[in-house]
Amino acid sequence: MSADLGTILPEILLSLFAILGLLGAVYTGKDALASALVWVTSAVFLGLAAWIGLSGEGTHIAFNGMFVDDGFARFAKVVILLSAAAVLVMSEGYMKSRDLLRFEYPVLVALSVVGMMMMVSAGDLMALYMGLELQSLALYVVASLRRDSARSTEAGLKYFVLGALSSGLLLYGASLVYGYAGTTLFSGIIQTAQHGDVSLGLLFGLIFLIAGLAFKVSAVPFHMWTPDVYEGAPTPVTAFFATAPKVAAMALFARVMHDAFGGAIKDWSQVVALLSVLSMLLGAFAAIGQTNIKRLMAYSSIAHMGYALIGLAAGTALGIQSMLVYMAIYVTMNIGTFAFILMMERDGQPVTDISALNQFAKREPGKALAMLVLMFSLAGVPPMLGFFAKFGVWQAGVDAGLVWLVVVSAFASAIGAYYYLRIVFFMYFGSEDGAIEVNGSKTLWVFLMGAAAIIGIAWVPGINMFGIGAIAELAATSLVN
Amino acid sequence: MSVFAFYLFAISVVTGGFFTVVSRNPVHSVLWLILAFLSSAGLFVLLGAEFVAMLLIIVYVGAVAVLFLFVVMMLDIDFAELKAEMAKYMPLALLIALVILMQFVIAFGAWETNAAAEGLRAQITPVDRHNTEALGLILYDDYFLLFQLSGLILLVAMIGAIVLTLRHRTDVKRQDVVAQMMRDPAKAMELKDIKPGQGL
Amino acid sequence: MADFFMNTTLGILLVIVGQILLVVVPLLLALAFLMYADRKIWAAVMMRRGPNVVGVFGLLQSFADFGKYIVKEIVVPAGADKAVFFMAPMVTLVMSLIAWAVIPFNDGWVLSNINVAILYVFAVSSLEVYGVIMGGWASNSKYPFLGSLRSAAQMISYEVSIGLIIIGVVISSGSLNFGEIVAAQDGSYGLLNWFWLPHFPMLILFFISALAETNRPPFDLPEAESELVAGYQVEYSSTPFLLFMIGELVAVVLMCALIALMFFGGWLSPIPGLPDGIFWMIAKMGLVFFFFSMVKAITPRYRYDQLMRLGWKVFLPFSLLWVVFVAFAAKFDWFWGVYARWTVGV
Repeated sequence: MSADLGTILPEILLSLFAILGLLGAVYTGKDALASALVWVTSAVFLGLAAWIGLSGEGTHIAFNGMFVDDGFARFAKVVILLSAAAVLVMSEGYMKSRDLLRFEYPVLVALSVVGMMMMVSAGDLMALYMGLELQSLALYVVASLRRDSARSTEAGLKYFVLGALSSGLLLYGASLVYGYAGTTLFSGIIQTAQHGDVSLGLLFGLIFLIAGLAFKVSAVPFHMWTPDVYEGAPTPVTAFFATAPKVAAMALFARVMHDAFGGAIKDWSQVVALLSVLSMLLGAFAAIGQTNIKRLMAYSSIAHMGYALIGLAAGTALGIQSMLVYMAIYVTMNIGTFAFILMMERDGQPVTDISALNQFAKREPGKALAMLVLMFSLAGVPPMLGFFAKFGVWQAGVDAGLVWLVVVSAFASAIGAYYYLRIVFFMYFGSEDGAIEVNGSKTLWVFLMGAAAIIGIAWVPGINMFGIGAIAELAATSLVN
Repeated sequence: MSVFAFYLFAISVVTGGFFTVVSRNPVHSVLWLILAFLSSAGLFVLLGAEFVAMLLIIVYVGAVAVLFLFVVMMLDIDFAELKAEMAKYMPLALLIALVILMQFVIAFGAWETNAAAEGLRAQITPVDRHNTEALGLILYDDYFLLFQLSGLILLVAMIGAIVLTLRHRTDVKRQDVVAQMMRDPAKAMELKDIKPGQGL
Repeated sequence: MADFFMNTTLGILLVIVGQILLVVVPLLLALAFLMYADRKIWAAVMMRRGPNVVGVFGLLQSFADFGKYIVKEIVVPAGADKAVFFMAPMVTLVMSLIAWAVIPFNDGWVLSNINVAILYVFAVSSLEVYGVIMGGWASNSKYPFLGSLRSAAQMISYEVSIGLIIIGVVISSGSLNFGEIVAAQDGSYGLLNWFWLPHFPMLILFFISALAETNRPPFDLPEAESELVAGYQVEYSSTPFLLFMIGELVAVVLMCALIALMFFGGWLSPIPGLPDGIFWMIAKMGLVFFFFSMVKAITPRYRYDQLMRLGWKVFLPFSLLWVVFVAFAAKFDWFWGVYARWTVGV
């Protein structure tokens, strides 16, 4: 038992921190402490990320296999913690100036991060569900944090209702899997789910599980909530939705598929490939008509999840490696982009209309250049980092014989480039002059420029994408062997 | 005897469930639902799971259904209107339900499990201890992690409810018990010596 | 003959029915006199005479009241939901009676000796709230409806702290069975071994919560005539009203029995050396009932917001802390192990 507790020590510490932070804030300054709590929470995230990233070694299994701490989980946890820390810090100024900053916000984010860490380490269907539910429940609440706005509450409610439905699907699948496999442990399920020997009922369970998980990564056709929730939620919350939970859900997806159904890759890889194709195409086409940058980012994230799913559909260690790299790069790009979106305002009010960016490059060439780099990268234009992310999954796809998937993906990528480049076009060659100010805090500027710099220089030969490929390879081999 | 009890409970579960759906009056629906809950608690007792049965009654009937009843009684929902709205989508819903039903018939019709699955199945309650004890051992030993996690989930639910609904109103008078207790005559009243015929 | 009662279905059923009657009939008879005692004590505190006309010293007063209730006309309000209207008092009475199935009066003198007896009582008493809600709603009138919502909220609030207090006792005795809870209080120091001593603060909390749970004064808001006429019972008359009244009183006596069993050692004798027996149990219940009556006579009624604050802001945190304390004390054998008197294997 105590060895088990040692394995989940980071999660325990983070939960304790959240509970103590909550108690401390309730009994003392309440919302006056919120800013400090945000910074401290971010610092705790950073500390945990450093600890997990630097100290962990090998694979540890705790609680009879319900909790797995391996290279894969550690990679995902570090990405989750870092991105959550970044988004939390970014949101402080925005929420404070709009009177949204309450001390529960960092606490809820911390608890949802605990849920995400549990998700990526899940070794059991019940642990999976618990982690997922902890994560989602906290997110439902932060989505409707601006409780006086109809849009924000609508976003929260929509997310909650559809999320509950998807949880139901997932539970249905889990119960079917349990019925046919006789156990909820992944290590047990994999013994019964070998290719060619998968019974019909188990297959049904698998499909339901995939449907539930696809909802969480917002893959088509389970994406309907994404644009509305992204648009309605307060922008910092949207930034959070677009980063850490996506990584967690994608990592969980990969873990379930490989740890529990690793023997039946052929049975699920076609389903994942279908999700991937639909997401890429819908993400590319539906985003074209969008005028709201938050909705556009929602469709963009749907499309990007499609690309990342190629890596999963490949069903190989290379595929998982490319998927992890893709998610890390995706998160970096999104943090930069949302730092920019958080800065967009007119007369102190946030603006999310794309046309407001007209002629922006004339006034703020530095920020416009950073945004240009980010948009090029999101579109996948070489030599930006986003291109290498796509290249990685394509390589894995071709390697696994999914050439058709790669071709469709290249096509979708070309379509998708249109709307990213449209933003750049507006900034540099837009016609009329909209009076938008982009004057967020120094923090946001640092994140925008930092993300753009990382994206922009990673291709330089000596830097070699900051060595992320090698780390991801290590993580991928711990999952797929 | 226990066969008789089984059919009694089983029939009342089904009846309760049926009338929950078809009752016109929503309050009656909830009352039928309570009957269904109670009868399923009876079925749990017959299975030898008396602890779960009692929890079902305490949690679902004693707390959840009461809140249902509160809400249904206080909200004046026009269910006829809702039903009319629903009727529009009924054919589609029935079609989907039918398809899913067929799928499950196909899936469950061929009930075959892997040979390995038999060996993985959990053991039933050991004979030397009664099920409350066995449940406690499993919950606090094997499923310790999940138990604590569900506690965290409930905590998040509680924080969420408070964050989204609590508003500190400043325009109402509140009783401050401590302040009231700490009052003494010196603070509460002032003695004045009033001369006759002069007033204050 | 013995064979018939032990082995045939009909015989077993007859035995069960006989046992039930053996519990219910004395209970209901005792009730008549408890009601009388209640009124007498109340009157004595107010320096009145109380009922003294029917029978010697008015002893038959309750029976006269019963007769009157039964022969009067049953009035059903127009627009009332008839089925629910009549079911409500029945639910109240039945729920308070079936809880007695697991209450032992002496070692082994119990209708149904189940493992989860205390949970069963808690579950059944949590169902009593339905009588109140259904009655208030079915009357189709604003006063009873509001009254029923209030008193339902009150009962649910105090159920929470009652549950937590029960958990403390259960941790100390290591069992959910009343027989074992009483056995855990047995010892060579007589009444000093009972749980009232180590769990003293909880005895007070439980007593007050029991008052609130059974809608007794000073928490009898449904009866608060100045504001609510008579709460959820406004529209009830004659026999249905009688059922409500009996149901409530049975619930009160049940709470007396619970306190006697959990805190005062049930049928155990207070003085070492004297024999244990059912008379101790009855005496203890009577003592607790006396305190119930005294509270009714000497305390002013609580206001609704005060009642709710007391339940949620005082009782709930305190009883929760107590559970944590008892758990630690039992685990680490603090205070000479008085918090861990487990009679069953660990």
